[in-house]
Amino acid sequence: MLAFIIRRLGASVLVLLVGTFVIYNLTAISGDPLGDLRGSTAPNKQALIDARIQALDLNVPPPLRYFLWLSGLLKGFIGQFTLGNSIGGLPVTTLLENSVGNTLQLVTAATMLGIIFGVAIGMSTALRQYSGYDYTVTFFSFLFFSLPVFWVAVLLKLYVAIGFNDFLANPAISPPLLIIMSLLSGFIWMSIIGGEGKPRLIVFGSATLITAAILIFLLVTDWFTNPQLGPVLILVLGGLTAVMVTSLTTGLTNRRALYATLVTAAVGGALWYPLQFAFDALPELWFLAALGILAIVVGGAIGFVMGKDDRWVAARAAAITGFLVGFLLIIDRAMAAWPAYVQAVGGRPIATVGASTPDLGGSLWVGMVDSYTHLLLPTIALILISLAGYTRYARASLLEVMNQDYVRTARAKGLSERTVVMRHAFRNAMIPVVTVVAVNVGGLIGGAVVTETIFAWKGMGALFVSALHEVDVNTVMGFFIIVGIITIVFNMLADIAYTALDPRIRVS
Amino acid sequence: MSNLLTQMETPEDPSNLGMTIEQREVEGLSQGTIVRRRFFRHKGALISMCVLAVTFLLVYSSVGFNLFGLEIPGWWKYGYTAQGPIVNHGDPTWVLPFNFGDHPFGQDEIGRDIFARVMRGAQQSMVVTVLYGAIAAALGVVVGALAGFYRGRIDQWLMRLTDLFLIFPIIVLGAVLGQMVGGLGAAALGVVLGLIGWTELARLVRGEFLSLREREFVDAARVAGAGTGRIIFKHILPNAIGVVIVSTTLLMSSAILIEAALSFIGFGIVAPDVSLGQLINLYQGAFTTRPWLFWWPGLFIIVIALCINFIGDGLRDAFDPRQRRIPGGTGPYRQMAALIAGVFRGSRQKSPAEPTVGQS
Repeated sequence: MLAFIIRRLGASVLVLLVGTFVIYNLTAISGDPLGDLRGSTAPNKQALIDARIQALDLNVPPPLRYFLWLSGLLKGFIGQFTLGNSIGGLPVTTLLENSVGNTLQLVTAATMLGIIFGVAIGMSTALRQYSGYDYTVTFFSFLFFSLPVFWVAVLLKLYVAIGFNDFLANPAISPPLLIIMSLLSGFIWMSIIGGEGKPRLIVFGSATLITAAILIFLLVTDWFTNPQLGPVLILVLGGLTAVMVTSLTTGLTNRRALYATLVTAAVGGALWYPLQFAFDALPELWFLAALGILAIVVGGAIGFVMGKDDRWVAARAAAITGFLVGFLLIIDRAMAAWPAYVQAVGGRPIATVGASTPDLGGSLWVGMVDSYTHLLLPTIALILISLAGYTRYARASLLEVMNQDYVRTARAKGLSERTVVMRHAFRNAMIPVVTVVAVNVGGLIGGAVVTETIFAWKGMGALFVSALHEVDVNTVMGFFIIVGIITIVFNMLADIAYTALDPRIRVS
Repeated sequence: MSNLLTQMETPEDPSNLGMTIEQREVEGLSQGTIVRRRFFRHKGALISMCVLAVTFLLVYSSVGFNLFGLEIPGWWKYGYTAQGPIVNHGDPTWVLPFNFGDHPFGQDEIGRDIFARVMRGAQQSMVVTVLYGAIAAALGVVVGALAGFYRGRIDQWLMRLTDLFLIFPIIVLGAVLGQMVGGLGAAALGVVLGLIGWTELARLVRGEFLSLREREFVDAARVAGAGTGRIIFKHILPNAIGVVIVSTTLLMSSAILIEAALSFIGFGIVAPDVSLGQLINLYQGAFTTRPWLFWWPGLFIIVIALCINFIGDGLRDAFDPRQRRIPGGTGPYRQMAALIAGVFRGSRQKSPAEPTVGQS
């Protein structure tokens, strides 16, 4: 394994060297880095031009200048790492430092959510192949696949941001709209869950009623202006999470696992009150991370103790539940900051540009809500596009796997459909999806170039676009080297993930 | 066509009764015929073909085009750069359904006709798409075929070359190259994008060749004295053609989006020429006051890309040898409606079985 990684890294470094050489030269000859100065009317024009030529070694021809740039990189070994200066005179490393975080924040959220939803939707369509649900999702995934991201972004700004802000100013849903929304939700659930005749109608009816009840509850309690979960809702949602996690991981027939997850959820609900003080006393990010880990550990321990015969299975289910309940607790606390945040930004909470509100102040929680509201639109735009691809791949690969002999064998053994799908088919279906994810991460950063431009997001993409317009070679190269490294690392992770998913594949 | 379909959907010929559905479906037909029939049965692909053809005709006949210096005029009265007096505050004059008026898609703030501009932009997109598809397919097939057939050192070098292109996202490479050639117009942009977009296809073709070259028919051809070129192009490539066609289609649908995105961020086609992405960029500020400036270019991008995607899906289904769908089953929505209606009528008859034969 280690030999494989080293060999792979060696080859990648060579490829990266050749790649950067080509890009450096292409960028350097793509325009005139002195263009803005030549057209200027400043009295000291010549002096400025000379200064820039001096600063950026523009009198050295590009193929040789590449080696000057490379030597800056290699000086990293003696502690003088540099990527050169931008046209504005700032070190490229400083520029990147400020922007890499922003881009990663954007891309990480979009990738994770895109994968989770894409795989879930794709798998559910594969299990309901040739149903109305399947056809509808297929049509929409093709539609999303064909959408230009910048066009969607402008629409999102207008309808989602402005429309939702208007809605929040006066949160009311008219009764006919409420009925339509409930019926629609009932219809969607009915087509996902499937079944025949009467059960199907029961699903439709109950989903409609539940949606209507939730919407009415939200409106009556004025939830949109003052959102909160509170201990009761956390207990209810935690219980639901416990049941869902159990049914997906071990099946509801495993009573011990079910009780373990339910106890975990109850512990989470009981911790709500003391945590309110802890959150206010320690408003730090590391505390939240520690809380998440603690939730997993506590859940795992409860599962392990209660699991008896099947300790590790119950521990896994309870750990997942613990993590999700911890997440609910944090969301609840962030929601409590919502009214203060809305007031601070003048009643228009969903932002259309930038990564954060300048000079916002307030606590960690207000800042957290602030970055979520800024992330919302760009993330939706990026998800819509990537979701379509993942859905298609997950569907195709699960269909392929469901036709295999070992799935038939598993069914013939009398295993439940859940075990067949989740344990036998799912892991094998994920192998091609992992490749696509790895390849897409590079592409997603490419997509972020466009998204950042529209949302005025001060990330690497925006840096790249402005640098390329100015023929600022060093900054462009800084962007390229980071994208290149990320792509290489993810492709290698994909190779390693293969072995984890399919023990028959051996890297080497 | 309908003749063929009825023939396919009533496979009740007594002499065929012993066969499975799949066998009956492909019995005694050439590969080409099977693929063609399957493709024409895919409704989405068929409709998309028609829509794409109509769009193509509309786009090229309306504002005319320039064929190697030969100016061919169109039937539309305005050019894409001409400024006219503003009619109707620049609002679209199209009254549904057929009263088009002077400027059916409206005018921008200096009186240019949006219909003419969108048509010209769509032309550019189509040029980029076709060139990109053709060049990327040719390069991808050649590189993949050579790497997969010869293996060993040639394979190593060609795959490292592919890695070189794969390291950087295509939109980013395209931006650097588009900055250099963007002013030269759509054809140059299409060629440049094609030169960097072949990598995915090359990998797929290589994979196909690696497995196909070990098959018996290749040995048979070699024993019969066929040369390398003949084996590659006459024996192996036709067996890999499904993969090539399908992924070329998907490449083409991404090409139109890449071109639009590049033009949007200013590295693709630049003014005074127009492209759909550039139009959206130009008019995005006017969205709240003149949304039609913004709707039309986006709509054409979506229509073209969607059609190509559906055709690609139809081709994929047609080339898939494992496709085992029952011909002539009722559509899913009709089934669902029948199901609901049946429940309401109180009849407890078993619903028509969902055609999930593919899972058997």
